[in-house]
Amino acid sequence: MSTMWNDKTSVATQSATAAFDAWRVRADFPLLKQTVRGRPLIYLDNAASTQKPKVVIDTISRFYSEEYSNVHRGVHYFSQLATDLYEDARRTTQKFLNARHEEEIIFVRSTTEAINLVAQTFGRSKLGPGDEIIISAIEHHANIVPWQMICREKGATLRVIPMDEHGELILDAFEPMINEHTKLVSIVHVSNALGTINPVRDIIDIAHRHGVPVLIDGAQSVQHLPVDVQELDCDFFAMSGHKIYGPTGIGVLYGKKALLDDMPPYQGGGDMILSVTFERTVYNDIPYKFEAGTPNIAGAIGLAAALKYFRSHDITALAAHESELLSYATRKLQEIDALRIIGTAKEKASVISFTLCAVHPHDIGTILDQHGIAVRAGHHCAQPVMQHFGIPATVRASFSFYNTMEDVDALVHGIHSVLEVFA
Amino acid sequence: MGEIRDLYQEVILDHNKHPRNFHKMENADSTLDGYNPLCGDHYTFYLKFDGDSIGEVSFEGSGCAISKASASIMSTVLKGKSREEAETMFELFTGIVTGKIDPAEHIAELGKLAAFAGVSEFPVRVKCATLPWHTMHGALQGKNDNISTE
Repeated sequence: MSTMWNDKTSVATQSATAAFDAWRVRADFPLLKQTVRGRPLIYLDNAASTQKPKVVIDTISRFYSEEYSNVHRGVHYFSQLATDLYEDARRTTQKFLNARHEEEIIFVRSTTEAINLVAQTFGRSKLGPGDEIIISAIEHHANIVPWQMICREKGATLRVIPMDEHGELILDAFEPMINEHTKLVSIVHVSNALGTINPVRDIIDIAHRHGVPVLIDGAQSVQHLPVDVQELDCDFFAMSGHKIYGPTGIGVLYGKKALLDDMPPYQGGGDMILSVTFERTVYNDIPYKFEAGTPNIAGAIGLAAALKYFRSHDITALAAHESELLSYATRKLQEIDALRIIGTAKEKASVISFTLCAVHPHDIGTILDQHGIAVRAGHHCAQPVMQHFGIPATVRASFSFYNTMEDVDALVHGIHSVLEVFA
Repeated sequence: MGEIRDLYQEVILDHNKHPRNFHKMENADSTLDGYNPLCGDHYTFYLKFDGDSIGEVSFEGSGCAISKASASIMSTVLKGKSREEAETMFELFTGIVTGKIDPAEHIAELGKLAAFAGVSEFPVRVKCATLPWHTMHGALQGKNDNISTE
């Protein structure tokens, strides 16, 4: 385990072997105290978005109440203060991902925007007719559609690493797909629909042997696994703030400096320029080249608060707790005869997709909601994954470190109620 | 569980389990698909006219209990109705599931459709109930494009 997780701000009394106190963590999240139709909320929709700890809410509130101004603009006190906080947030994110340089951290809206940025800049400048991009069969629509769009525009081809019946990528099929036309490999780290943890380290090593850069979609990984972009040696890494206890509307694109320097700008506007005349514009350096217009300042500062909060926990104990939730929930759900777990990879994050014989996921979601249990029912923006398993949709229960074994019991009880209604 | 039983009434559960007129129709006068991309509900509806009246209605496809029961019950109540009567029932049905019309005032016309009154308490499920009716409405209006409730 990387030492970056155990800096001096960690609680000294915690250790890797100590039981993780999810009940104490829950107290940090005001929304978890809410009730739904008179029942305590059981929030199992964390892969869609996580709830926010009070420290994140307070940081954003304080920023708007006491520290706010635009950034990189004025000489006045609050502009300087806001700029410092915004750039501090960049350094916090750099430290979180262990990027070599702070300018390798670009603030965007979301993982989706991060991928679109790479598709529209790197993709637009590198792709030509006959070129190829490799993705996989387990991708979220956000790592399919941006590549389809640029491939169609450039006459390039999208190739797809296949997946087996467990929801694991068939890695043996990957290397033969790489050829002199391959310009990029873009792969999800953890599947939002199935929970599969992909062997991204192997994928990166294989791609690099052929000189092909790799983008990792980390939307579902950073909140579960330690990520060190230098250790992974990925070329791009995309993540969202709201899935790691931060605000919505803020995401991060990490890119290796040499690649980012070489890429054309994404959007034009303020902040991304050094000088503008009607004849010629000189673009700013990274990261500002990719941050046109007033950025989501409060979002970046809120994200930094969330990353610091997250890192204040012992990641080993946190991961052990989530793994325990996953194995307990898997075992309890498997005891239900009518239930089929979709996605049975050996390496999984705490995400369980399932179907219930003859009961549509939408009906299950509605009945669970009556019990105060929030799950996701649908195709999870991963229709090709659903097609692979020959189903229109699943119910997905996704666990955070603030979930407890009691939440799993409530889910199991709720599923029995569904079966009673549809008996 | 009272509220859940308001939504999943016996007649709805029965039609979900044993949908009526659930088959493809050869030589249909009108065939139209209804699709709810959010939850993946997808049905094909077949219509055969008998003069100005609806002779036969059938459907096939898959979706949640609410949409399937709605399609099944719709297929039974529309048989023999004129186009105008079908349009009136469409207005009435969409009115009660969206809570705009009080079902208590239309008990006689509603018949089995009254079972869907509980849907108005579940706003995210309204689209499930109305998908078959919107598709049928489209078919009666002579639309050829598939109907989507998104």
